[in-house]
Amino acid sequence: MRRAFLKRVAEMIRNEADTTFFTVDIGMWAIRDVLKEFPDRCTNVGIYEDGMFSIAAGMARRGLVPTIFGIQPYLVERTLEQIKMDLAYQKLGVNVIGTGAAVDYPKYGYSHYCAEDLHVIKAIPGCEFIAPGSAKQFIQLFNQTYRNGHPTFFRVSDHPNQNNDPDVEFGKAVVMQKGSKATVIAVSIMLDAVMEVCKGKDVTVLYYTTLEPFDRETLGQYYNNGKILVVEPEFEGSLTFDITKSFEGKPVQIESVAFPREIFRNYGTYEEKMQYYGLTKENIEKKLEVLIRV
Amino acid sequence: MVLSSQKTLEQNALRIRKGIIQAICSNKGGHIGGSLDLADVLSVIYTDFIRIDPQTPKWDNRDFMIISKGHAGPALYSTLALKGVIDYSRLNNLNNPNSLLPGHCDRNKVPGVDATTGSLGQGLSIAVGAALGAKIKDSGQRVFCIIGDGESAEGQIWEAAQFAAHYKLDNIIAFLDWNNMQIDGSVEEVMSIGDPMKKFEAFGWNSTLVKGDDVLAIQKAINFAIESPNKKPTMIVLKTIKGRGAKCIEELPNNHCLGFNDDLKEKVLEELKERAVELDMEEEQWN
Ligand SMILES: Cc1ncc(C[n+]2csc(CCOP(=O)(O)OP(=O)(O)O)c2C)c(N)n1
Ligand SMILES: [Mg+2]
Repeated sequence: MRRAFLKRVAEMIRNEADTTFFTVDIGMWAIRDVLKEFPDRCTNVGIYEDGMFSIAAGMARRGLVPTIFGIQPYLVERTLEQIKMDLAYQKLGVNVIGTGAAVDYPKYGYSHYCAEDLHVIKAIPGCEFIAPGSAKQFIQLFNQTYRNGHPTFFRVSDHPNQNNDPDVEFGKAVVMQKGSKATVIAVSIMLDAVMEVCKGKDVTVLYYTTLEPFDRETLGQYYNNGKILVVEPEFEGSLTFDITKSFEGKPVQIESVAFPREIFRNYGTYEEKMQYYGLTKENIEKKLEVLIRV
Repeated sequence: MVLSSQKTLEQNALRIRKGIIQAICSNKGGHIGGSLDLADVLSVIYTDFIRIDPQTPKWDNRDFMIISKGHAGPALYSTLALKGVIDYSRLNNLNNPNSLLPGHCDRNKVPGVDATTGSLGQGLSIAVGAALGAKIKDSGQRVFCIIGDGESAEGQIWEAAQFAAHYKLDNIIAFLDWNNMQIDGSVEEVMSIGDPMKKFEAFGWNSTLVKGDDVLAIQKAINFAIESPNKKPTMIVLKTIKGRGAKCIEELPNNHCLGFNDDLKEKVLEELKERAVELDMEEEQWN
């Protein structure tokens, strides 16, 4: 996904004179030539995420379309006040692309993890949050939004889906299958695992890549006795408010497969982490069974 | 104060480098460049100056060490192993699932680590807060802190610098690892730090420049800061070479974070061994 997005950025910088691309000191080998060709619009500006957000806001104020690329926790947490005041409050369009989704830097410890990104961004109204599940979807969603004048956050994962890659539209869920016993919300890179478990089962599967604003309308059409399983590669409960709002006035029973809300004090590989925190097919299967049974 | 000889300091620096390789190779890679280049300064601080008790790492009145560029954890761990604060065997388990040795400094996991870091820019502020705390408690503690040059683009570094001068914190001795490299390019081309000595002086600090591998110069600079307090914090700017101590690493265009195979490990250890012979180290001092 990272490669696809850098390619798209290179194309954008080449062809659109009002676009800029800043990185926070992160490997840019893939677009070295563009860096050289357009040094004032495409550059590694150094390590100062908070200030950079305000600078990008200033550029947006002057009619440019800035995109910032860095590591997710430093982009969404270190900069929260700048996001609130300089992007959301002032309604300035800046695109923010973060690598290091959840535990994508598995060995580096909690400073480098960011399972709370969606939760944090949802706290600032007016921001958009997109979590593509594949390189193709990144391109589709980026193209649909990068000039929309809103602060838009993209979570770029190093572990995209391999077997399921539907076309996606900003702000809309994809109905993967329809069923009556429960509704499963598959978020971003969890789609493959969800589909493997749900194929042939009498459940609805909805695929979400735009997480803010959340497509309540589509979910609202699949009540299925209020039995909802949400499978999200982020802090559990990040979508609870949206889910309950989708069924305003009706009771819902929400089960979730997600990262627990705690400080992660371990290291290891990506697979070890997903296993440890239960973001696995086995766990999806188990939770779904419980949900359908009771 | 009895100060060590050049040879002793260089021998310890070499042992620290060896421990860094041990730790990083235990996970087949890690932040090698900015760890190796701190071996000399850590050797001087821990051989001659820092007041800690290896048997009681949590001794309340110990001096603090805060590595603001938290990715240099392996350098600190190796130093702590040399001092006997942690066991050498612990260096064999970096960054594994239940490891007690995280790549980035974590004060809750490793005794002798006084701040958890990894998000750049924050450590100097913690150091400054601890230094003011020590003044308020009249504990006589000193705080040592190491920051990176790429890291110094973070505005918070300069907020801390201003604070330390304002509160006359002469119990803080900080070091800038001026290797002129960050992840993606040189500091000069990405976000020039200019003349860091003048900058820190302008912020109200004592500031000196020393070669990052000149152990005697580092020793002299620290000793001066301790012996001649003048109500100002001290910044010792270390002109370093990222990856210092192993030519095969130094020469790589980007040695910030490297994967390690057995070949590279052998090459580095070979170089370190040659240096051990130069420094007349006996087999048991080396192993
Ligand atoms: C706030 C923050 N932004 C980005 C990073 C990612 N990062 C880790 S190390 C590094 C480069 C640091 O360069 P420098 O301070 O010069 O360290 P050194 O050269 O001594 O290794 C970056 C950008 C981070 N850890 N924290
Ligand atoms: Mg540097």
